[in-house]
Amino acid sequence: MDLVLAVVVGLFIALGVYLLLSRALIRMLMGMLVLGNGVNLLIFTAGRLTREVAPIVPPGLEQAPGAIANPLPQALILTAIVIGFAMFSFLLVLAYRAYQTLDCDDTDEMRLAEPADAPNPPLSY
Amino acid sequence: MEELVQTSAVATADWIVVLPLVLALIGAALALMLRNNGRVTFLLALLVVVAAIACEIGLALRIWQEGPVSMTMGNWLPPFGISFTADLFGASFALAASVVTLLVLFYAEADRSAADGRDGFHALVLLLLAGVTGSFLTGDLFNLYVWFEVMLIASFGLIVTGGSALQFDGAVKYGFLNFLATTLFLLALGLLYGTIGTLNMADIIGKAPSANPAVITAIAALLLLAFGMKAAAFPVNAWLPASYHTPPAAISALFAGLLTKVGVYAALRSLVVLLPATRDILEPVIALVAIASMILGPLGALGETHLRRAMGFFVIGGIGAAFAGIALATPGGIGGAGAYIFHSMLTMTALYLVSGMIERSTGQVDTRHMGGLYASSAPLSIMFLVLVLAVAGVPPLLGFWPKLLLIEAGVAQGGWLGTSLVVALVLNAVLTLIAGTRIWAHVFWRQTTGTGKVPAPRRGLLRYAAAAAIVGLAVAVGLWPDFLLAGARMGAADLADPARYIAAVGLAGSAP
Repeated sequence: MDLVLAVVVGLFIALGVYLLLSRALIRMLMGMLVLGNGVNLLIFTAGRLTREVAPIVPPGLEQAPGAIANPLPQALILTAIVIGFAMFSFLLVLAYRAYQTLDCDDTDEMRLAEPADAPNPPLSY
Repeated sequence: MEELVQTSAVATADWIVVLPLVLALIGAALALMLRNNGRVTFLLALLVVVAAIACEIGLALRIWQEGPVSMTMGNWLPPFGISFTADLFGASFALAASVVTLLVLFYAEADRSAADGRDGFHALVLLLLAGVTGSFLTGDLFNLYVWFEVMLIASFGLIVTGGSALQFDGAVKYGFLNFLATTLFLLALGLLYGTIGTLNMADIIGKAPSANPAVITAIAALLLLAFGMKAAAFPVNAWLPASYHTPPAAISALFAGLLTKVGVYAALRSLVVLLPATRDILEPVIALVAIASMILGPLGALGETHLRRAMGFFVIGGIGAAFAGIALATPGGIGGAGAYIFHSMLTMTALYLVSGMIERSTGQVDTRHMGGLYASSAPLSIMFLVLVLAVAGVPPLLGFWPKLLLIEAGVAQGGWLGTSLVVALVLNAVLTLIAGTRIWAHVFWRQTTGTGKVPAPRRGLLRYAAAAAIVGLAVAVGLWPDFLLAGARMGAADLADPARYIAAVGLAGSAP
């Protein structure tokens, strides 16, 4: 099962990188989303997959009687998902505002901050 | 059960490690609620930052006397609970960040108008400070990722404050590439956890040597890429000159002083302290990155006419110098890198603040249309020249000492690596001097050209005072460097031999 998920993670990250290499903002956003989910899945797999019970210690005992799932990666992913969601929503709004203001969603055409035809610096003082 | 509770209780004095963060986060929340009244949030932000500075001075003094201080959250024993561990570098960088933020708050107050009303500027600045301070003080890699994201989301808010087309253009490039960098960092974290099963920094130092070296090398390479992107080191630096000049001067000064430095600090800590064996393998790559950044940074500034974009290239050159310290990794080199980060936080912020004042008094952003400012504003020209000399590393200013430490370490190291780093450091100083004085001559010395309007001096005592305070600080530390050098030596000793750091966290027994 670990192996299958490892392949899935690889596919997610490859797809994310492929989409990020595009010039269109919407594709880049999709790329960020897929890449982020690939990374979350990777952390999940890194905690080792088990079919055991949830990590809850029964009352009266100091530790669970049998093997339990590793709770730490789940806590890590939960944090990463929330953060990734916040970042993605900001970038989504940013891309929309940039499209409205700059009238383009092609990063090659976004040259306002870095003019393509900037003149050379003067040679004299 | 009872022993567990007893061993993990946190001493009251140890809370000082998280106090600056807690204050900044509470301050940010309050400032967000009170954002209808800019005057109140300004005073609140001042209060919070001053309190954070007081805590950090106390923390730094305690570390100076007793060594690294650590606390672990929530009654969980160290490798499981989230640790906050401050050593001298972390605490003094956090202190520098707070001081810089305080002065930028004053500067921004002079720039802000009633129309800026409820944009949440102060809340975002405090949140940014919390993220930066957290990154400097945390002792857990996943927690470092969280603080990176706190810093990132606050900087997203700040970079679009004002909402001009130029800012959206810059923010798209800044946003995507920085989010990508933190995602790569998270990827490396997942792999590291899967390999050695821990994310506590002190625990990683103990467990990494026994893990599969090939896997650890791949992880370290990913970390180098992620932190290199955050720090804007050479091949992945393109976002910085594309975005740092777009927001108002106060905000870009804050970014230049704080954000890239956190990236370098994270690279320093993760490569030199956490995975030292792997750093040796990656050494040629790090040296190449350092040399390329050091030489191409000032060359970029030389070819740039936009004032604040040129400053962005100086930031990149400085990042190269700090990476030179990581490539050397002897106690002298680490001390040099630490001192350089400290210097760069103060100097780069001041440089952007002064650039903002130049833009204000000439009404231009391009050096081709500026000129003759010397006649109308002598203090401005003096401050700018002093800062250019400090960035280049001319004695006796602040920038000289870290470069001296780095060159000493390079010479001591010898070989092709040490020699080429020393040559690059000297070239960086010369090129920075040429580019900086050239800009100075264009802006201040040259007669006003036909295209530019005649500069008129404007009021703004608060702006002058804030910028002059940082410049004064840079000159004073440069003139009396004993404190800086002793601090660099002590901080570097703790990074080169992390025994005291591990003992502070409480994992001394588990180290090999």
